[in-house]
Amino acid sequence: MSQAATNSAGVSLEEVRHVADLANLELTAEELPRMARDLNAILDHIAQLNELDTSDVVPMAQVSDAFGVAPAAFGEGLRADVVKPSVDRAAVMAEAPESDGRFFKVPKVIER
Amino acid sequence: MPTALETLSLTEARASVASARVSAVALAEQHYERIAAVDPSIHSYLALTRERAFAQAAKVDAAAKAGDPLGPLAGVPVAVKDVLTVRGVPSTAGSLILKGYHPPYDATAVAKLEAAGAVLLGKLNCDEFAMGSSNENSAYGPVHNPRALDRVPGGSSGGSAAAVAAGLCVASLGTDTGGSIRQPAAFCGVVGVLPTYGRVSRYGLIAFASSLDRVGPFARSVADAATMLEVLAGPDPMDSTASALPVANYAAESAKPVSGLRIGVPDEYFGEGLNPEVRAAIERSLDGLRAAGCTLHKVSLPHTRYAVPVYYVIATAEASSNLSRFDGVRFGLRSPESDTLAAMFRNTRDEGFGAEVKRRILLGTYVLSAGYYDAYYRKAQQVRALLTRDFLSAFAQVDAIVCPVTPTPAFKLGEKTDDPIQMYLEDIYSVAASLAGICGLSVPCGTTKAGLPIGVQVLGKHFDESTVFRVGAAIESTHAAV
Repeated sequence: MSQAATNSAGVSLEEVRHVADLANLELTAEELPRMARDLNAILDHIAQLNELDTSDVVPMAQVSDAFGVAPAAFGEGLRADVVKPSVDRAAVMAEAPESDGRFFKVPKVIER
Repeated sequence: MPTALETLSLTEARASVASARVSAVALAEQHYERIAAVDPSIHSYLALTRERAFAQAAKVDAAAKAGDPLGPLAGVPVAVKDVLTVRGVPSTAGSLILKGYHPPYDATAVAKLEAAGAVLLGKLNCDEFAMGSSNENSAYGPVHNPRALDRVPGGSSGGSAAAVAAGLCVASLGTDTGGSIRQPAAFCGVVGVLPTYGRVSRYGLIAFASSLDRVGPFARSVADAATMLEVLAGPDPMDSTASALPVANYAAESAKPVSGLRIGVPDEYFGEGLNPEVRAAIERSLDGLRAAGCTLHKVSLPHTRYAVPVYYVIATAEASSNLSRFDGVRFGLRSPESDTLAAMFRNTRDEGFGAEVKRRILLGTYVLSAGYYDAYYRKAQQVRALLTRDFLSAFAQVDAIVCPVTPTPAFKLGEKTDDPIQMYLEDIYSVAASLAGICGLSVPCGTTKAGLPIGVQVLGKHFDESTVFRVGAAIESTHAAV
């Protein structure tokens, strides 16, 4: 369910841990309370957006939403569907921490 | 060289090379010598690209000798922020997570500079993933302001501003997501341009917040910055957000008189918290514009105070998504000795990201998480629309807006690192233009009694860089006349 952006209740350590989990971030025991404190301070600052009634305002996701110009003016035209050489595979694979030249190698995916 | 490198203009540099008074190779060598002598105390460069620079310089010299046509940047020594990819050259974005990464392709902006004859000297230091207002978030150490070494150069394009200010390149590229070109330009006393969203291709830019990120130039004069933008602007088959609208001859436009232009002065940008010396300098710029025949008009941008909170919702939400690609699989750092894939992701991101990047990923993930999306992200997008409407109504009455870039001159290293909100409020006069997608620039307009540079911000309509350059050049000339 949607909640109001007031932050009076505050984000708990447990919630910070959950969000870190969603973001694939490992937080140390020292980092966790500091991040919780900062997150709450920033969310308190953000809560002032609630002063504004925006019920009739269409959300702006992109700059081109802001005014009625043709999308092509903002570059949103499509390029011709023609096959062109891509970045060299060997050059890409050479940047991988671990690879056999054809595939990226990673630690095991499923624990048993 | 008759001119010291710190004051050498782009036009002069190109003319010297074109007339073979100085070779491009010698000009590059002089810059490398100066970098070796001066940069240890500034730390603006993260990597030097000597081989590439001398190969390009030799090519330019050969063309000059043969009388072949030369590009608009022929022989001009430039450098680029480390968030732009350069083939085979370390591109770290100021982060440990990209340590050792050598991208297999060039950013379009870099390729365009070189196609115009520019000589790329190296990669410039910045806040990690362009997140910061002081350059203190670089994993490779902070940049020092060349005008006052105990102060920050601004951020996130701190290295790009400092290198131009210190004579370590003639012009540079930075990126601006919430003020990251304009604020360091103001702090270091150089010109920095925020092109309209879509004016310059972002192919090869390591993304921070895709609806906000822009690539733009730094230079020592408005005319030089205009020449740079003319080279950079235009469509790109590799970036569907790059606009096909015609590119003007910005350098010629910047020289046109400003008489008759209507200049908007927004009350909201002159409130409490604005340093009195900064205010006085901006007012002197406004007086200069009036003397040059502009008319000044009060305009209102009533939603200005909401710009910082809107920005920190939208930018962090987009960052949390963009930065999920750094997982230790395909490039950069991988944490060793993780026995599962999931542990490898986490350990790599824990070791590779700095505190500010983690803070923003967490905030962005939180505002996008189940149950909070409407309250934060959607709300912020709605207020973004209101902020943009503010500018569109103002531009129905005026041709450009003139206001401060930052509330204060450059602060001391370490002064704001403990309080993220204080650091975020540094962006108070710059983020609204970022959210609205309009263009602007920061141009030097004086110094404080203590000798710190002050910048003034000129904002213009979408794709009206020409007017912004005209007004910027007029301010520059009134300041130079004092």
